[in-house]
Amino acid sequence: MTDTVRFHLNGQPVEVPAPPPTRTLLDWLREDMGLTGTKEGCNEGDCGACTIIVTDENGPRAMNGCILFLPQIDGKAVRTVEGISGPDGRMHPIQQAMVDLHGSQCGFCTPGIVASLAVAHLKGATDYDDVLAGNLCRCTGYAPIIRAAEAAASHEVPEWMLEDARLVGDPAAAPQNHPPYAPTSADELAEWYLANPDAVLIAGATDVGLWVTKALRHLDPVAFLSGCDDLKQITSTEDEIRFGAMVSFTDMMPVIAPLHPSLDEMLRRFSSVQVRNAATVGGNIANGSPIGDSPPALIALEATLHLRKGEARRSLPLEEFFLDYGKQDRETGEFVEAVSIPRQTDRLRCYKLSKRFDQDISAVCGCLNITVENGTVTAARIAYGGMAGIPKRATNVEAALIGQAWTEATVREAMARYGDDFTPMSDMRASAHYRLTTAANMLMRYFHEDQGVATNVLEVSA
Amino acid sequence: MSVRTPLPHDSAPLHVTGRARYVDDIPTPATCLHLAFGMAQIAHGRITSMDLDAVRSAQGVVQVIAGSDLDEIPDCSPSAEDEPLLSDGTIHYLGQPVFLVAATSHLAARRAVTLAKITYEEATPLLTIDAALEANSRFEDGPRVYEKGDVDQALSSAAHVIEGRIEMGGQEHFYLEGQAAMAMPQDNGDMIVHSSTQHPTEIQHKVAHALHLPMNGVRVETRRMGGGFGGKESQGNHLAIACALIAHRTGLPAKMRYDRDDDFMITGKRHDFRIDYRVGVNDEGRIAGAEFTQMTRCGWALDLSLPVADRAMLHADNAYHLPAARITSHRLRTHTQSATAFRGFGGPQGVVGIERVMDHIAHALGLDPLQVRQRNYYDDAFGAGVAQGGLSAPPGPPEDISGTKKAGTAHKLSSGTGASKRFGGAHSPEPMAGGAQTTPYHMEVTDFLLNGLTEKLATDCDYAARKAAIAEWNAGQPVLKKGIALTPVKFGISFTLTHLNQAGALVHVYADGSVHMNHGGTEMGQGLNQKVAQVAADRFGISPDMVKITATDTGKVPNTSATAASSGSDLNGMAVKAACDTIRDRMAEYLATEHQVKPHQVRFADGMVHVGAEEIPFAEAANRVYMGRVSLSATGYYKTPDIEWDRIAGRGRPFFYFAQGAACSEVVIDTLTGENRILRTDILHDAGSSLNPAIDIGQIEGGFVQGAGWLTTEELVWDETGRLRTHAPSTYKIPACSDRPRIFNVALWDAPNPAETIYRSKAVGEPPLMLGISVWSALADAVSACGPNYPDLQAPATAEAVLAAVARARG
Repeated sequence: MTDTVRFHLNGQPVEVPAPPPTRTLLDWLREDMGLTGTKEGCNEGDCGACTIIVTDENGPRAMNGCILFLPQIDGKAVRTVEGISGPDGRMHPIQQAMVDLHGSQCGFCTPGIVASLAVAHLKGATDYDDVLAGNLCRCTGYAPIIRAAEAAASHEVPEWMLEDARLVGDPAAAPQNHPPYAPTSADELAEWYLANPDAVLIAGATDVGLWVTKALRHLDPVAFLSGCDDLKQITSTEDEIRFGAMVSFTDMMPVIAPLHPSLDEMLRRFSSVQVRNAATVGGNIANGSPIGDSPPALIALEATLHLRKGEARRSLPLEEFFLDYGKQDRETGEFVEAVSIPRQTDRLRCYKLSKRFDQDISAVCGCLNITVENGTVTAARIAYGGMAGIPKRATNVEAALIGQAWTEATVREAMARYGDDFTPMSDMRASAHYRLTTAANMLMRYFHEDQGVATNVLEVSA
Repeated sequence: MSVRTPLPHDSAPLHVTGRARYVDDIPTPATCLHLAFGMAQIAHGRITSMDLDAVRSAQGVVQVIAGSDLDEIPDCSPSAEDEPLLSDGTIHYLGQPVFLVAATSHLAARRAVTLAKITYEEATPLLTIDAALEANSRFEDGPRVYEKGDVDQALSSAAHVIEGRIEMGGQEHFYLEGQAAMAMPQDNGDMIVHSSTQHPTEIQHKVAHALHLPMNGVRVETRRMGGGFGGKESQGNHLAIACALIAHRTGLPAKMRYDRDDDFMITGKRHDFRIDYRVGVNDEGRIAGAEFTQMTRCGWALDLSLPVADRAMLHADNAYHLPAARITSHRLRTHTQSATAFRGFGGPQGVVGIERVMDHIAHALGLDPLQVRQRNYYDDAFGAGVAQGGLSAPPGPPEDISGTKKAGTAHKLSSGTGASKRFGGAHSPEPMAGGAQTTPYHMEVTDFLLNGLTEKLATDCDYAARKAAIAEWNAGQPVLKKGIALTPVKFGISFTLTHLNQAGALVHVYADGSVHMNHGGTEMGQGLNQKVAQVAADRFGISPDMVKITATDTGKVPNTSATAASSGSDLNGMAVKAACDTIRDRMAEYLATEHQVKPHQVRFADGMVHVGAEEIPFAEAANRVYMGRVSLSATGYYKTPDIEWDRIAGRGRPFFYFAQGAACSEVVIDTLTGENRILRTDILHDAGSSLNPAIDIGQIEGGFVQGAGWLTTEELVWDETGRLRTHAPSTYKIPACSDRPRIFNVALWDAPNPAETIYRSKAVGEPPLMLGISVWSALADAVSACGPNYPDLQAPATAEAVLAAVARARG
């Protein structure tokens, strides 16, 4: 066993002997390799100037190099803006269109934009608002970038862009060995974590990355879970769907979309493509954030959390995992193995309220799942993020609804109970008053939506 | 002809392939040191102890400097010598640099900073406008006042008096490339500095001052910035000075770039404003008199706050003729980041003030806001026929586009003062029959064109029919409401500090016919170099790819002004033209003598020099002229004519001309949450005879979105201790891709500038930002559909602010 990290960079095999485990790909590219095309704009995965393409068995994905640690790309293929041009210097169709249609002004966000658009081009994705939600541009107002993307869409994918998929598919290129802190299965992880309970478990590093790049914390020991393929399983049965802790949001979405389209849309807005490609279902739960967006939705869906410590496993309703701000029902050496949701008729609506529509942390995230039979509310599971120190159910509101006629009067009665459930705080995202008002208004929005009234600004056109 | 051609940005192929180099991309020797500042953690008070031992012994640290380690703390201010590089013991804001670490890597320097142990004696910080007013904490002795006519009389005799208050937040630049600089010590003690700056001469001046060198001991080079927006006019001084200081002390190269969070905490932002207004109007909504009191938080140091606040006053009228006006401006000193230049430089804040008034008048009198705006417009300068024909042919070719007349030879600077005097000279718009209307600062408005432009835009975007359709749609919607607004901008072009309106250039023609072009302007993405290269190519009649664009360099063109005030192309384009024409005249004279023709019979076009009947390739002509021992290198110089300004009296002609435009935006709001979207925007903007329509449209699209961001999602929040809580893109939200208008139509009002500018173009950098105000005004219109009361929408109109306004509208 060595701790050399091996991967392909722009088609060439590279080895990085014994990097510090939290050395970021971006720093390594710029400082060690002199590949300065990829930029640092924010160093926290929010601006996308550092976007690079990572290809593994799931295909090519845009990721933020600034919060991607080198061990996370072991065995994969990385392509930077320098490698998006052809080996002979020929431009990628996206690059040419960006030149011809004035898609760059200052040029600093451009390499990241080119990387995101090159992945979309490769996959045939044309939903550019989503493709570029994680790439901020301060100069152009985005319009010429979209024109460039549309102009390039019909051009053939250059052959060099197909090389990485071949490289990661080649068994000879597979990682020969793994760093000691990268287990290959949940069993290995369970055993190691029992012996190293103080370790930081790193899934997608979209949160932990900032502990390193912003809080400048020295993390030791760490374990990288990206090699635990069994934690990436999605299992569907007649009764439930079970998501392994290492399932990325990108992989979760196509499973959720046909079942609960409102949750799918919320996950789309939850974060950028780059972040969803890295962030995991387990990570979003285990970090215990009061403003993580998936827990309220999962709670509203009556999710069960599956924890593991060594060989011991236990399950509990997800809402019981969150005890208090920064405190979860997780024992030393115990980790999140999976979360499961029961199959059900879709009555879920997720309302994410943030200053900016895309890629913003919620001020309030309301997830409402209300069952109405013959005009009467028979069940209600309503959970919120951003309203307390933990993702929390609105039990008084639920009680005010259940058994009542599904009418505006009932809804107004229930809206008056939000103050019994929540005492939100004021911060830079929203005031307490606004949080409480809008949380209650979300119930009215749910009612209106159920009655067929237009409530969604995204569905209105000029 | 290379001008007016929509050529791509010269660096675009480098941008898209990652080859474009920014300061942090320049290869450095392995010995290069990396710097980071330790920052104050309180907003006001004194340092009582500073223990930096752990910082000094941290891994990779080479040098640590506090203010007390220096005999003299270098000053970083562009204006008043009130910004010490490191705290002298007094803390003026939370985030103020207090010590400097030099280490072997960027990360090592940042990590070491966290190990400092500093104690403070805290004092109560002044954080708000009210607190500063109460403490009389301000720059300048008292408020500035500009006045025209008898405003008190106008208000007391008006049919209606409307008053109110608008608070508008500041704005973080969020240039994608953070502040960065690098200093390379030279063998003789000189210093070469690479800086991401809009103002290389200022960097040169401040570094020379810090190192006690004459200015000729410092050379500053700026190839490009990853965005500037005003945020790199003065805010890069600290980094360049810190690098030079460390490089000077250690003999090693030194580089500094702020981590994004540090950039937010240390650097200044757009000034936030409160504007109180009182206007007297008649039943038609026509203003008889208007009174504005502008209050702004300048932060802790002077920086550029005085000219910013001046420009806010100078734009209090925007597009509207105010028969009587009083504008009072309070420049308040607070314990926050020192607010600085930001695209528009105070102008947008002044414009928001009166646009808000227009909406308020319309609401109070039950009129269409567009009608109120049009009724209060200045008169168009040209006949209606010309104004309507703006999109087609200009009224006759402007002189001096293709002529050989040298720039700068015919300036007739007028003298004297007084309200009745016309300041325009030979280069300015013609006087209007019957006398022109004047601004509140007594400048005649002789080039107004917004009546015709607005009419055209309103027709093209179908304003009236859509307004009616929206009202109908709103009536049937219990939750969602739409709004629409058409707002104008008239923006004064010239630095209000008159001496800054000058520029220099250096042009060489090599013996092979290739051209090397240099000027004092800097490239921050706006395409200045491309536009100016097109000018140079046109002067020589060659292809623009024959013109080499080179880094801005204080060793080539000295004593330059900041690339700011939208002036880049106007000033540097003219300076480059002058340099090219000098060389061209020398070539023509030599070749004319050789061919026994008159010099004016020598023409430069299509890559050829036409001498009498003969056509000589430009390269061959250049070589012949060289062989004939004629200099093929020249400097060029330009100063803006016809401007004169007394900023204390508030009288004169501060602007050479006005750039104008208008935008119509339609929005939808959710009355349950305040969430909103821009559904459609149509823009018609005046760029004169555009030097490069593609680049100008890029400025308009980008400026609009940036302005809309300022007034919607971009909210700066300081807590009660003075700590900025929105300090990264995770908490400070600039527009993302999906925030641009769903439908976005932009067109140029393509008419030549009546003022004698470079190829009759107009400045385009800042004015379009104010087109974003149409979004804010449309949001207010949508809120007005919720109830009978005045919604009093504030800025930024976050979802929360919109919801609060909905509640007010409903009452």
